[in-house]
Amino acid sequence: MIELEGLTKRYGDKMAVNHLTFTVRPGIVTGFLGPNGAGKSTTMRMMLGLDRPTAGDVRIDGQHYDRLKDPLKYIGALLDAKAMHGGRSAFNHLLCLAQSNGIPSSRVHEVLDTVGLTAVARKKAKGFSLGMGQRLGIAGALLGDPRILMFDEPVNGLDPEGIHWIRNLMKSLAEQGRTIFVSSHLMSEMALTADHLVVIGQGRLLADTSMADFIEQNSRSYVRIRSPQRERLLDVLYAAGITAVQAGGETLEVDGGKAEQIGELAAQHHLVLHELSPQQASLEEAFMRLTAESVEYHAHSDTPAPSGLPAGAPPDSSAAAWGDGWQEGRS
Amino acid sequence: MSTPQQPPTQQLAPQAAPDRQAAPGTPYSLYTSPIPVTRTHLGHALASEWTKIKSVRSTMWTLGVFLLLVVGIGLLVASQTQDEDFGNVPYTITAFFGLVLGQICLITLGVLVISSEYGTGMIRTTFTASPQRHRVLAAKLIIFFAVAFVVSAFAIGFVGLMTEAMHSGGEGKAWGGTVVMGALYVSLLGVLALAVGSMLRHSAGAITAMLGLVLVPAILPAFLMLSESMRTIGEKMMEYNAPNALAKIFGLDNENAAGGAQLGLLVGLTAAAIAGAFVLLDRRDV
Repeated sequence: MIELEGLTKRYGDKMAVNHLTFTVRPGIVTGFLGPNGAGKSTTMRMMLGLDRPTAGDVRIDGQHYDRLKDPLKYIGALLDAKAMHGGRSAFNHLLCLAQSNGIPSSRVHEVLDTVGLTAVARKKAKGFSLGMGQRLGIAGALLGDPRILMFDEPVNGLDPEGIHWIRNLMKSLAEQGRTIFVSSHLMSEMALTADHLVVIGQGRLLADTSMADFIEQNSRSYVRIRSPQRERLLDVLYAAGITAVQAGGETLEVDGGKAEQIGELAAQHHLVLHELSPQQASLEEAFMRLTAESVEYHAHSDTPAPSGLPAGAPPDSSAAAWGDGWQEGRS
Repeated sequence: MSTPQQPPTQQLAPQAAPDRQAAPGTPYSLYTSPIPVTRTHLGHALASEWTKIKSVRSTMWTLGVFLLLVVGIGLLVASQTQDEDFGNVPYTITAFFGLVLGQICLITLGVLVISSEYGTGMIRTTFTASPQRHRVLAAKLIIFFAVAFVVSAFAIGFVGLMTEAMHSGGEGKAWGGTVVMGALYVSLLGVLALAVGSMLRHSAGAITAMLGLVLVPAILPAFLMLSESMRTIGEKMMEYNAPNALAKIFGLDNENAAGGAQLGLLVGLTAAAIAGAFVLLDRRDV
């Protein structure tokens, strides 16, 4: 279990991470979502003790990361695929990491095998492609056979085969009962792998919800109708108390899942329908709507700051209140 | 760029909320590793740093060039001198000329031991694996010092032995002490470079800073001597600069001081730089 409490990171007068409070629960895949520059990587670096928080705290099973005696056996992390010395061979790169945690060198061969790099184990890392570098990074994360795994945008820049591989790997790791915390800026990717979702924007918490709830609450469902007798259909729908919106051309859209009711109404009035299809807005749209609000909010909150208000405290408190409101509204 | 088509969410829902979903109160089985847990200590860090230093080519290059310079120039000087030249000097004096150049190799290696990690991003992986940063730096300092001392002591000793063999007719002074002092001096310069590299985190910057530290006090006195008010500063610089310290250790100026004060200054300077490196290491983000 990873607990973040009021985690804040400030670079100069820019708030990279702003009062972040959430929990990564054990045994599930938690997706950490946000647009580029939302503060995902900074948050992960603070979790791993690489960056010092300006305020707040991160604890892993109640301990600070730098107090862990055997960190690689506790958390395996892939932050940056190229965070390695290019002149060192894949085997030696993993060996020096293993030795620093007292992990036997036989384990190095095992993880190289797991990620499929055995054939190039003695090759220098700088000759590796992005996908191979990513695999080597993941081998490093798996080295200690850790209970918690942390991946920062693992599919970035990978070809479809690589994406598929990582996706399956994460699934199989999760099935073994490991805790997985994975960041991404692609909602579609998260929808396939994550059980739980933490969304941030501008360093603030926007959502902390289960994937199923997020899908249910954020994907707008509507019925799309096309009919040559559009005017009559509108009248019939209006009489039945259903509001239809014109969506260009002959297409009408009705909010909610009322396809059956509309079909029956049309049949009763002998109306010809060319299309009657229930639709659901994509999660990507829902995610963009969510983060767009944060950007909008951010712009408003910043304007009063220079006019004499003490910077920092008021945006913080209002941000927390705003975030709470969102969650209350959803739960 | 093609955006992946979003599948309808009805299909997604069962995938997204599988059985393993750990709702509050639901029991879930946590993963336990078969690998035994060991408490990490400095020994692990030393093993790791030893693997690191021997698995990159820059180590072989810098140490190879160092050996080539010290042994090559040393033997060259030995072959061009007569037995009488070694009347009142240690036989290791021939190693001095190579060391003046060779110390730059050790400075470069010292800087690279840490700055290459910052340059490549490896440092984040290192500190994730060993969050006890002071332990990592301590291990780097120990391993580098050991390697540099052994290599330079071997080079100086080898040159001393060869020179003695070639000029057995000369009297020669006991030179065992000069091997230790000389190796200590150049190794400490490298350790200082490592500490500076840790503070500056930049290969070129740290190497330049170290070259400045070694060369400027050797060149500047010539100009400082022109002005009366600067004369004392110039004299101190001349006495304590790195090439002159080595010259004293190898008895080049026929004094008996043997560079103890110069070595003391370097020890103090290195200790201060190491202290600074440790303080900054803990404070800064990686």
